[in-house]
Amino acid sequence: MNDLSCVGVTKKFGEFTAVRNVSLEVPPGSFFSILGPSGCGKTTLMRMIAGFETPSAGDIRIKGESVINLAPNKRNVKMVFQHLALFPMMNVGENIAYGLRCQGEQKSEIPEKVRKVLDRVGLPGVEDKRIEQLSGGQKQRIAIARCMVLQPDVLLLDEPLGALDLKLREHMKIELKQLQERFETTFLYITHDQSEALVMSDQVAVMNAGGFEQIGSPRALYDDPVSGFVAGFVGDANVLPGTIDEVRGGEARVILDGGGAVLARLADDSNTGDRVEIFVRPEALRIGGDNGSGSLSGKVDSLLFNGAASRILVRLDTGQLVEVADGDQASEVSAHDAVTVSWQPDRARVFVRRPGA
Amino acid sequence: MSRDAGRLSLILLFAPFALWIGLLIILPQIGIGYISLREKVGINEYEFGFKNYADFAQAAVYRNTLFRTAWISILVTMLALVLGFPISYYIAKIARERSRAALFLMCLIPLWVSDLVRAYGWIVLLRETGVVSTALVSMGVINEPIEMLYNDVTVIIGLVYTVILFMIVPLVSTMQGMDDSLLEAGFNLGGSRLTVFRRIVVPYAMPGIVAGCIIVFMITAGSYLTPVLLGGKNSSWFTEQIYNQFITRYNWEAGATFGVLLLLFTSLVVWLGLRLTGQSLATTVAKDT
Ligand SMILES: Nc1ncnc2c1ncn2[C@@H]1O[C@H](COP(=O)(O)OP(=O)(O)OP(=O)(O)O)[C@@H](O)[C@H]1O
Ligand SMILES: [Mg+2]
Repeated sequence: MNDLSCVGVTKKFGEFTAVRNVSLEVPPGSFFSILGPSGCGKTTLMRMIAGFETPSAGDIRIKGESVINLAPNKRNVKMVFQHLALFPMMNVGENIAYGLRCQGEQKSEIPEKVRKVLDRVGLPGVEDKRIEQLSGGQKQRIAIARCMVLQPDVLLLDEPLGALDLKLREHMKIELKQLQERFETTFLYITHDQSEALVMSDQVAVMNAGGFEQIGSPRALYDDPVSGFVAGFVGDANVLPGTIDEVRGGEARVILDGGGAVLARLADDSNTGDRVEIFVRPEALRIGGDNGSGSLSGKVDSLLFNGAASRILVRLDTGQLVEVADGDQASEVSAHDAVTVSWQPDRARVFVRRPGA
Repeated sequence: MSRDAGRLSLILLFAPFALWIGLLIILPQIGIGYISLREKVGINEYEFGFKNYADFAQAAVYRNTLFRTAWISILVTMLALVLGFPISYYIAKIARERSRAALFLMCLIPLWVSDLVRAYGWIVLLRETGVVSTALVSMGVINEPIEMLYNDVTVIIGLVYTVILFMIVPLVSTMQGMDDSLLEAGFNLGGSRLTVFRRIVVPYAMPGIVAGCIIVFMITAGSYLTPVLLGGKNSSWFTEQIYNQFITRYNWEAGATFGVLLLLFTSLVVWLGLRLTGQSLATTVAKDT
């Protein structure tokens, strides 16, 4: 039985639909992420699961039991808030003991449980510290400990890394994943940062304008996006707008808006004459030669050195900039060189043009 | 140079405040304290001593009036807190942004009208031939007009009405700083409404509660018009005794003594209140948020 399932959950605020017909299944012990741009309804969905909003339609089940009519304080899902919401008037120990006391835990057993959970999040002995004495990453871990000490069926995390600086965020990503494995608890993680979702999750749901576009493993989303939105949102991609000239087998010949014809794999049911976009990952692009796609000529604009994530920026003759991955810095090009770029047609995807693009 | 300039501007900025405190509060209090230590032994003949205080201690009626004033002031403070808390909570956390200002202004309205006019307003409503009594008679609820003035209940109602604003303002301003997610976290971790209120809302609002209670208590204990006008002869309010000594009896020595005693006694009550509830000024009112 799954720890959490949502069936056709919808939330309307007046006329406005914030969450539209969302269904998901989160298996026990997994790390499930919801990834979507700001304002797409992620927090609203999570607040419905926690019980702070009532769905307009649909059902939410925790361990198979519908919780629609259960008050927030009776649901065994705990939540790490976007700004953590640690209680400033209590010290660390009291913050963690709060939930235990609400559950009517034996007074004598509370200190031991608090001590154990602090050990597990790697902060032994901080019971007596005040909240404002903790660093950002420590607060994060206390917020998680405060929930985990109650052994929830599901832990909800609403962009908990949003408030941290970049360096700490990178560190906490790994830390969170390890904590999840250590506690063997189901995590439902919300983020608008695709790298967080890809690194940590077993499953990712990509959300757009209130609905799910695709649910799958990070690899599946990256390698097999089902829509232009997913292809553009998950991972880096070069987007080349154009119009389909001819469809042959699974491939389409696309006339780019700025001129030039290329081949790419048709990924949805677009047809001849449709206005489309081609999505090519930087690592699928090659400098020089022709890999079967037809090549585009341009000039090297600049070299962006970033170790294994180094890039070559090429300005195509159409005026568009594309990023070419250059992980081993093997290409011997320098700025202003005239070059051609190309790709293997099955590594570029053609999707119908996204609204607004 | 810049350091001297800084010091000079500090002195200039601080001077009005120091003058105000010094001239209007400290000097008069010293004067009052000085007069209270004078014993009249003949016409224009004085000695120093504590006779005035000894006189006070012997006169049970004055002592009882002081205790009664303190006791009613505490009651008024409690009532203002109990009534003011939900109002403040509503204004700070539940009301929409736009109605918030309007509600706040509505709480301010009583202050627009002078103390005296306000008290007479109550009299117009509550006296035997007043609006409430007449209305009740004409509706047949009561048979003959009743006097609703000149009793403790009316005095307390009038005082609560006058001071509740001073409870609401600090409460609203502390509670406005409270993030809704703190309450939601309180529920999410399994707390009932009562638990969330007791363990999160009240501790969070504590600086406001302490500040509001102290202000309200001091204002009430030092108020004069409302208790005297609404309570009439039976009000036995301590400030009335002070007034009588200074004005009616022209006994400045006794009046000054009473003044000093009122200040000391109310300060003692505030101190005791803080001790009994385990609060201190440093951790509540002066706490930086
Ligand atoms: N109580 C509410 N009343 C009306 N509209 C609301 C309410 N709460 C949220 N919305 C709207 O619902 C939409 C989704 O909001 P939500 O907070 O779920 O976004 P989000 O995906 O969490 O965004 P972010 O990444 O910025 O946190 C927004 O357009 C928001 O304006
Ligand atoms: Mg959000």
